[in-house]
Amino acid sequence: MKRIYMDNAATTSVAPEVLEQMIPYFTQVGGNPSSIHSNGREAKRALENARRQVAEILGALPQEIYFTSGGSESDNWAIKGAAFQMKEKGKTHIITSAIEHHAVLHTCEWLEKQGFTVTYVPVDELGVIDLKALEEAINENTGLITVMAANNEIGTIQPVKEISRIAKEHQVLFHTDAVQAVGAMPINVNDWQVDMLSLSAHKFRGPKGVGVLYVRKGVRLNYLVHGGAQERGKRAGTENLPGIVGLAAALKRAYDHLDEVVAREIALRDKLINGILESIPYTRLNGHRENRLPNNVNVSVQYIEGEALLLRLDLAGIAASSGSACTSGSLDPSHVLLAIGLPHEIAHGSLRLTLSDETTEEEVDEVLRVLPNIVNTLRNMSPLYEMILKEAK
Amino acid sequence: MYDEKNGTMYSEKVMDHFANPRNVGEIENADGVGTVGNAKCGDIMKMYIKVENGIIVDVKFKTFGCGAAIATSSMATELVKGKTLEEAWNLTNKAVADALDGLPPVKMHCSLLAEEAIHAAIDDYRKAHPEE
Repeated sequence: MKRIYMDNAATTSVAPEVLEQMIPYFTQVGGNPSSIHSNGREAKRALENARRQVAEILGALPQEIYFTSGGSESDNWAIKGAAFQMKEKGKTHIITSAIEHHAVLHTCEWLEKQGFTVTYVPVDELGVIDLKALEEAINENTGLITVMAANNEIGTIQPVKEISRIAKEHQVLFHTDAVQAVGAMPINVNDWQVDMLSLSAHKFRGPKGVGVLYVRKGVRLNYLVHGGAQERGKRAGTENLPGIVGLAAALKRAYDHLDEVVAREIALRDKLINGILESIPYTRLNGHRENRLPNNVNVSVQYIEGEALLLRLDLAGIAASSGSACTSGSLDPSHVLLAIGLPHEIAHGSLRLTLSDETTEEEVDEVLRVLPNIVNTLRNMSPLYEMILKEAK
Repeated sequence: MYDEKNGTMYSEKVMDHFANPRNVGEIENADGVGTVGNAKCGDIMKMYIKVENGIIVDVKFKTFGCGAAIATSSMATELVKGKTLEEAWNLTNKAVADALDGLPPVKMHCSLLAEEAIHAAIDDYRKAHPEE
């Protein structure tokens, strides 16, 4: 049986044409970009080509692109780097949202232990940040706003330009974690007017272990990784050249055909959403209906628990994910689902299906065929469902 | 969540009892019914027992919860069926977990819930039959 992979927000596979471009940098171009011999210079050329390519797609300057080990490092660097820099000017307040990725939230929590203060701005029931609360949270100590471009769990796209405008007006730095947005929607750092932006290659058919932090010219950050002079002396460590080449190739691949892929994914996404909501009672869509990543479906299936649903789907050959506590390794369900106001028992039963450019209509149809039966089986053994049925009588 | 020994999250026995749970359902006119857990935590188990001459002659369950919660409910019903109330009462959560070839540490609370559900059903029976 061919498995159906609908967990592309967790990670994607490397596109074959991307891998093809990476291979010479594993096996042939063996020089260190910092070396002065011709092998090194060849590697350096590839590195700077990749940097130019990424810069061009994002609307940035090549010297504003820093390669990192991925989204988590980029987020950590942007936030900690800005925090320690602004502290030197006496600013110790950071603003973020309640639904950030843990790479942002846990970094902010760690900074709180270092003496910074953090405001976690709430979101509405669709997962959109409260702009009024954001603006009101700004005070004379605020030095950084960090809000994601689009949410990894529920797919809601944030009003990044509005946040930028507010940040500019108050002369506060603005970082956006665009890990889930890059490759799924148009992105231009000048149009968005962000000061920093994080992205990760493995979310858009590139390799794992490589990412970018965009840092606008003139923005000063403290450094996290000390050592050699790589990345203009700001991020030490011999460059992951095959990964960086792969990142640039995957980014180009994504943006060369963005409109086409997005239109296709939206059609499949909406078929999946409508199909689930119509065929399974007591379900709800989580996140914004329109301002939503083209590949994200997140529904709550009431009266059953998410891990059991995932295991059953897995047995049926379908890979998905959930915000249930049992899948997070903690006792609480997803902080994102709680932040949009879902009660615990409904948050436990969430199901996330995320598509890629390889997802087919047949796969969507198969999920729509299999899912109602699985939900039925689990509900038939759920005492909660039994209660609801008795109340309905 | 990951069992290093077999490279899976759950043992084969857990997956078997999860995929093909035994004794799912309700018993009409059950002699004892026990419900434990709560929806907020993501686990509810409801056990029904039928008792004749101090022996559990039938047992059924309904569970809202994860794979381990469903599997432990199923295994617990198998272990108490045909047993005396006394024997069923003495069934420990560890015995349920052992019968499933173990549970991941974060899931041990599920087996505790199964033990509590059996106790709750027996308590319910004893309340109605104080003479026994």
